Amino acid sequence: MRRSLLFIPANKPGMMQNADIFAADSIIFDLEDAVAFSEKDSARILLHNFLQTFKPNYEVIIRINQIDHINGLLDLEALVSDRIDAIMLPKARTASVKKLAELLASFEKARKLKKTIKIIPLLELAAAILETEAIACLPRVDGILLGAEDLTNDMETERTIIGEEIFYPRSKIAYAAKAYGIDAIDTPFTDVNDDQGLSQDAKKAKNLGMTAKAAIHPNQIRYINEVFSPSKDQIAWALKVLEATKTNLGVFSLDGKMIDKPIIERCQKIIEKAKKYRII
Amino acid sequence: MKNSLGRYVPEGFIPFQSSRAFLEQPRTREKIILSENKGNKKLSSISGAFDRLGIGADMTLSFHHHLRNGDLVMNLVFEEIKSRNLKNMTIAASSIFPNNRILSELIENGNVTNVYTNYLNGEVAKSISEGKLQGMLYMDTHGGRSRAIESGDIKIDVAFIAVPCSDEAGNGNGLSGPSACGSLGYAIPDLLYAKKKVVVTDYLVPKVEYVEIEAKYVDYVVVIDKIGNQSGIESGTTRITRDPVGLKIAETTALLLSELGLIRENFSMQTGAGGTVLAVTRFIREIMEKENVKAGFASGGITHYFTEMLKKGLINKLYDVQCFDLEAVKSLAENPNHHSISAFKYANPYEDAIVNHLDFVILGATEVDLSFNVNVTTASNGLIMGGSGGHADTASGAKVSIIVTPLFKTRLPIIRPEITTITTPGEDIDIVVTERGIAINPKRIDLLEKLKNSHLPIMSIKDLSKIALAYTGIPEVRVKKEQVIGVVRYRDQTIIDTLFQM
Amino acid sequence: MKIGLAGSIESSDCLITAEASNELDIKIESSVYEFFGKQIRKVILETLEELGIKTIRIHINDKGALDYTIRSRLISAIKRMES
Repeated sequence: MRRSLLFIPANKPGMMQNADIFAADSIIFDLEDAVAFSEKDSARILLHNFLQTFKPNYEVIIRINQIDHINGLLDLEALVSDRIDAIMLPKARTASVKKLAELLASFEKARKLKKTIKIIPLLELAAAILETEAIACLPRVDGILLGAEDLTNDMETERTIIGEEIFYPRSKIAYAAKAYGIDAIDTPFTDVNDDQGLSQDAKKAKNLGMTAKAAIHPNQIRYINEVFSPSKDQIAWALKVLEATKTNLGVFSLDGKMIDKPIIERCQKIIEKAKKYRII
Repeated sequence: MKNSLGRYVPEGFIPFQSSRAFLEQPRTREKIILSENKGNKKLSSISGAFDRLGIGADMTLSFHHHLRNGDLVMNLVFEEIKSRNLKNMTIAASSIFPNNRILSELIENGNVTNVYTNYLNGEVAKSISEGKLQGMLYMDTHGGRSRAIESGDIKIDVAFIAVPCSDEAGNGNGLSGPSACGSLGYAIPDLLYAKKKVVVTDYLVPKVEYVEIEAKYVDYVVVIDKIGNQSGIESGTTRITRDPVGLKIAETTALLLSELGLIRENFSMQTGAGGTVLAVTRFIREIMEKENVKAGFASGGITHYFTEMLKKGLINKLYDVQCFDLEAVKSLAENPNHHSISAFKYANPYEDAIVNHLDFVILGATEVDLSFNVNVTTASNGLIMGGSGGHADTASGAKVSIIVTPLFKTRLPIIRPEITTITTPGEDIDIVVTERGIAINPKRIDLLEKLKNSHLPIMSIKDLSKIALAYTGIPEVRVKKEQVIGVVRYRDQTIIDTLFQM
Repeated sequence: MKIGLAGSIESSDCLITAEASNELDIKIESSVYEFFGKQIRKVILETLEELGIKTIRIHINDKGALDYTIRSRLISAIKRMES
């Protein structure tokens, strides 16, 4: 039930220390693209010590390096602990997600962890998009992130503001996610100075059924949270419907609209979300 | 001697009691001095003015700072003092900026021995902090300076008044000319009470439409090539921050204002300078547009953020004591609802000043202690890098005074048990908003009541300080040097704190 | 000469140089030296003790890094020195 996920380079202490104030539901500490090859060892140690020092009020996600390279394995070695909630796997494929799940299981056992660390595969290859359903139903997977920049690179298409070129992967991920009860996380909007453009892009993703969006700058969080939170009107309507169910059994009419079980369940979900995000 | 806040006050000075104590003293005013010069007032150089007026050692010269970091007039007068090697001068400048670095030389050579100012930054601040001023530094508030001048506490021999547009008699304004700078509000006390007044202009016109500087007070008009660089008017503190932490603080502040019911029809506001403070304006505007609320007025130092809102009809009137950018200068010249006001009308403690009509003011801080006392004068190492300006005035006058600040900056805690210098007393500060929490002054039971069901992170200032220290660790206590270099004066010239050598 | 370098001079970070030596030598440069110089030394000494290192030359150029950052960069610099 995430709305916003903020990427923060795992090698920048100034940014990491401020992670908690940006109202992002999740922070993705990035050991992959954000950290130069020669600095990955240092970033690992910094991130580990950071997580041991500060108690987070957000979900802790680590984007590790690919696990078929030594760096990915060293990342897990350094960071798997009770302080992390999920691992984001770049260039994910069914095989690599399965392998990661095995590695996590053995680390959790060896380190006697009390929790089950989740996996968020990052789909950024054409072949991976074709495996969306297979990946979405794997154990530990509780969200899928679309990586449009690398994907359009792989597809040799143009990345545009309108986003027609990613209509198919957005839809595919949205449907697979809904079917398997996980989060469909949209690709980041790369122009950090265009707040309007960001909002429009987020709304587009939401209309297709995606449920969250990644951010690459803290200033983007407020717009993403607004788009993916239930609106004031929606909440008012849902409360009205649920109040009416106290005195109405079965199917009934409210304000000229037919209210049946699916609608009631949807209203319950809206209130659940509103409470979770502390809107009410 | 200690004052009511427990701060050291040197012998011979009156200690600060409370922010309202001045009301028990009557307002005393010297005689306003008209010019006796009925003849030709034109002079062609600053040097000519020095000769004609017999400017010599031991005199007090005064300046306004409306040309800000682009001012050339102060520097020309300083050059003249230097070349004549006059000694023991007192400079009363409403603010001193980095481009006035020549003053540093005059201080080190004993040409200038005493300085009165409301804001001090750059080379000159460093020299004075290092103890190079042989006399004393007196730091006033903007309202307090007007009070000090009218009461004769500061006795000005010659006021040099840079006026962007002037006629030969000395009628003038700041609205047009190549060095147009907008409001000349801080020059008015000097204009009225200095013994001699010299207008300095680079744009002589036959007739001036709008008269802010009246000829009847003016003794001489010096016409030179250039009085200022317009680009220097827009100094660093006049842009909205893009820093995510600052924006978070600003957004939280606007939400808080909304919950307190302060953004309602016909409300009035002022914001100080500084990236985070200005960013609050942006979020207030969003709320105003969403809820269709218009403000009665905004005041203080005016930037284009306010003039845009004035143009769009979101604010009814602007009361401008200083233009912070060129769009504000243009707006003052063109928009009938944009008014310039004098330092008296803005913040003199005895007037029914604009600051007394503010619903709220948003201000910055370098340090805040657990009694809500605020430092805007020095950095934590004792270096002078600011000054009250209108801080203590607006904090006293406004119904709700809000400080916006990060909890700590590069490991230095800003909310802390002990602060280096007190500029504004805690009794006038109501709220502190940081990125991790909000503290309300316990005596504001009315505000606490309004916020009792709020989702905002409201906590005691002690807890805020604890959070700051949990991040930074406890800083070592700095050993203060004992050499007194100046005093921080409250609006009524009582001493609220003392400045020591760095 | 075995030398390891880690960190950066960005705000809130520190740049640490670790060099093999037969004596203990710690040089601290910091933008907040007046207020945290002692604390920085304490963190460095504690970390060296944890690692069982008795002799080493350390130079730190600090820009207001918090304790966990100093620890981390020190450990990284030493690991790089040893590799």
